[in-house]
Amino acid sequence: MNAVKRYFSSIFNAIVALLKGMRLTGSYLLHPSKILTQQYPENRETLYIPERFKGRVYMPHDENNEHNCTACTLCQLACPNGSIQIISKNIELPDGTKKKVLDRWVYNLGSCTLCQLCVDACPSDAIVMDNAFEFSVYNKSKLIFDLNRPGSKLKEKKTEPQV
Amino acid sequence: MITWIGNKLTEIFGTTLAPYVGYVLIGFAIITLVVLMAVISIYLERKIAAFMQMRLGPMRVGKWGTLQAFADVFKLMLKESLTPAQADKQLFNIAPYLVLTVSFLAFAPIAFSPSLQLWDLNIGVLYVTSVSSVGVIGILMAGWASNNKYSLLGAMRSGAQIVSYELSAGIAILTIVMMSGSLSVSGIIQSQADGWWIFKGHIPAIIAFVIFAIASTAELNRAPFDLAEAEQELTAGFHTEYSGMQFAMFFLAEYTNMFIVSMLGTTLFLGGWMPLHIAGWESFNHLMDKIPPFLWFFGKVFISLFMIIWFRWTFPRLRIDQLLKLEWKYLLPIGMVNLVFGAIITWLGWIL
Amino acid sequence: MEQTINNRILQSSDDEFIINVGPQHPSTHGVLHLQLRLDGEEIADLKPFLGYIHRGIEKMCESLTYKQFIYLTSRMDYLSAHINNQACCLAIEKSLQVEVPERAKVIRTLMAELTRLASHQLWWGSTGLDMGAVSPFFYAFREREMILEIFEETCGSRLTMNYCVPGGVMNDIHPDFVSKVKKLIQQFKANIHEYDELLTGNPIFQSRTRGVGYLPKEDAISLACSGPVARASGISCDVRKKEPYDAYDRVEFEEIIASEGDCFARYRVRMKEMLESMKIIEQLIDNIPAGDYRAKIKGIIKPPAGEYFQRVETARGELGVFIVSDGSNKPYRVKFRTPNFSNLAALKPMSLGAKIGDLVAIMASLDLIIPDIDR
Repeated sequence: MNAVKRYFSSIFNAIVALLKGMRLTGSYLLHPSKILTQQYPENRETLYIPERFKGRVYMPHDENNEHNCTACTLCQLACPNGSIQIISKNIELPDGTKKKVLDRWVYNLGSCTLCQLCVDACPSDAIVMDNAFEFSVYNKSKLIFDLNRPGSKLKEKKTEPQV
Repeated sequence: MITWIGNKLTEIFGTTLAPYVGYVLIGFAIITLVVLMAVISIYLERKIAAFMQMRLGPMRVGKWGTLQAFADVFKLMLKESLTPAQADKQLFNIAPYLVLTVSFLAFAPIAFSPSLQLWDLNIGVLYVTSVSSVGVIGILMAGWASNNKYSLLGAMRSGAQIVSYELSAGIAILTIVMMSGSLSVSGIIQSQADGWWIFKGHIPAIIAFVIFAIASTAELNRAPFDLAEAEQELTAGFHTEYSGMQFAMFFLAEYTNMFIVSMLGTTLFLGGWMPLHIAGWESFNHLMDKIPPFLWFFGKVFISLFMIIWFRWTFPRLRIDQLLKLEWKYLLPIGMVNLVFGAIITWLGWIL
Repeated sequence: MEQTINNRILQSSDDEFIINVGPQHPSTHGVLHLQLRLDGEEIADLKPFLGYIHRGIEKMCESLTYKQFIYLTSRMDYLSAHINNQACCLAIEKSLQVEVPERAKVIRTLMAELTRLASHQLWWGSTGLDMGAVSPFFYAFREREMILEIFEETCGSRLTMNYCVPGGVMNDIHPDFVSKVKKLIQQFKANIHEYDELLTGNPIFQSRTRGVGYLPKEDAISLACSGPVARASGISCDVRKKEPYDAYDRVEFEEIIASEGDCFARYRVRMKEMLESMKIIEQLIDNIPAGDYRAKIKGIIKPPAGEYFQRVETARGELGVFIVSDGSNKPYRVKFRTPNFSNLAALKPMSLGAKIGDLVAIMASLDLIIPDIDR
């Protein structure tokens, strides 16, 4: 008798538990307002991207086309996978002394893992992580670019006005 | 209109050829209807599944992705149908056609509305159950001919599963056949003019309906009984090696089978195209009669279809031994006892 | 030569057959390759083959400086990326004898628990998926997405965030961090009943997992299992309790131990661990100490020559980091003791005699991450 009772109670409990699951999925079916997915390219304007999001390494330039990079190559040394190559050149200053300045800041986005170690290593805050993220290209050579803009130069340190 | 078409055909083809041309046309119409319905149900299933999972589902092709299923069919048509080098090529290529043909054959005795029935066979229900069980041969054929161990395992599972679940599905059908005293589809529908069997058949009819729902879902090879194609275990089971239109045929056959099972369930338990009548509510009954019978029929079919889809997107899959245990230890004994109770009720004439 | 090949693959008799599961298979969650000898549906023998995703991370570490190699460890167990980084940072800090600021300790612990939560949620979803239920996956991703958004705001990335640095953390927490974590806890608690309704209470799921894949306590010890797999067999092995690191010594939580040793026990242990993680987060979120988030350390790290070992509890078990330093700026040798490698060893004793469907359930309950096995 007990076995029969157990047999039927097991069927009953199983049906109740299964119906609970069906109630859950059914309730989500009836509440389309709970849908979480978004239509990506359409919602580009309203897309929320946190300001710290690491999309690529970027070198900010000011309105005079000047940047902060002193070509010290600390970022190149900090990079674990050789995505950074600093090419510097020597220019002659008006007073005759020679100075090493940045020629090209070559960045390979294809091999970059966005670990932020270069930004962390930079002593003069010349590079930052940017939020941009749509970088798909058909040829990986297009993922290598110069971060410094053509004709840009090092930001002059503010000299104290002579009294 | 039908007579007009008939006259036109006789005009063109003469009296001897015209009936055959008519048959071909009817067959073509039915196949088009079925394919269209299958495509609609694919879209429905994808949307229902998406909404259950807090997704939007297909959104790109057409407004709200309505043309997505058509785009998929078009893509599959353009794809190459690969045949593995080591496969048994003839069997491999026949199998999808067999599966699809069988599921189309089962449409013949279904009554869509009082006037629309292709073949009013006096053993219509028996015909549907027997024809639809031929489909398992196609599945076994596909699994064997693919020369792939996953496919073979899937086909063997499917064989064991369909053969065992056919028993309890048959017994559930038998309960209603016994109550209505008829094997013909139109006879069963006529017997429900004063109330659907699920309402007037007392508890045995309800139990039979539940058993029929479970067993027919299992016969369809759909989750939670999709062991034959268990994606996480056997990659895709018996149709692992199929691609292109041959794969699409298996896919189409699955959805047509879903329709057949829903239609059979509707015919047996939910009154076919009979409108909902409640005794005593004359004005209500009158209002229900205003709705055309084919709308009643397809409404009920889509509700049963929705139940099958709902099962699939909620439950995890059973294991093969549990599947057989469910059949042989639960469904079959309960079904048999239920049949006896149904017989007693019918004998005593307790049916409303 | 032929002899060695024959030893490597399984041999079958006439009424048995060999089947290859993976390296491309939906339920191996990666490129694991299992060779099964099947007697019908039953598994007569099983052999895992590794190396499909071997990247030589240990060797790569030897050519990178101490600061640089940390990011590589995110690519081992990518679902507990932060905890892997934390282990390396702790080992390096141990070698340098740097005192990490209190604030950094608490932030690291919070992040580690959030990582564990996210990892367990993905596991829950994929367990459902492996059993054939698709919907749990999306319900699990709902809360996981919130955690990943918290990560994105504070660390800048969602998965491999490289947030730990020797001496502390990369950035201070985002101003919204506390409020967002509180919202997450609230939502998780409101939704946890759905997890039970959909899978835990489901009779099909229970019959698929109860009594399946039994791992006795002795086997679990001798196979060096760790994490929820070992705890479900009744072994107390939580590193957070045994050797507290960072802020684990100041929080109260329970070590979840079950004694059944089957798939359902492993499932329950992980489910309860999620609640314990919640408890840890709740205790820490309101009292993040003020102060520095990063200790000042030198640009080039040169630990004194010697051997350093640190173990932590990742979402899957015990991760050990062993560093040999020769005094230069690059490690002489780095060895990782990863939890999944030893947990994989338990697969064979558990699945002998089981069905193919059981194998999938067992693999889901082991929660294997293949890159962590191969490294």
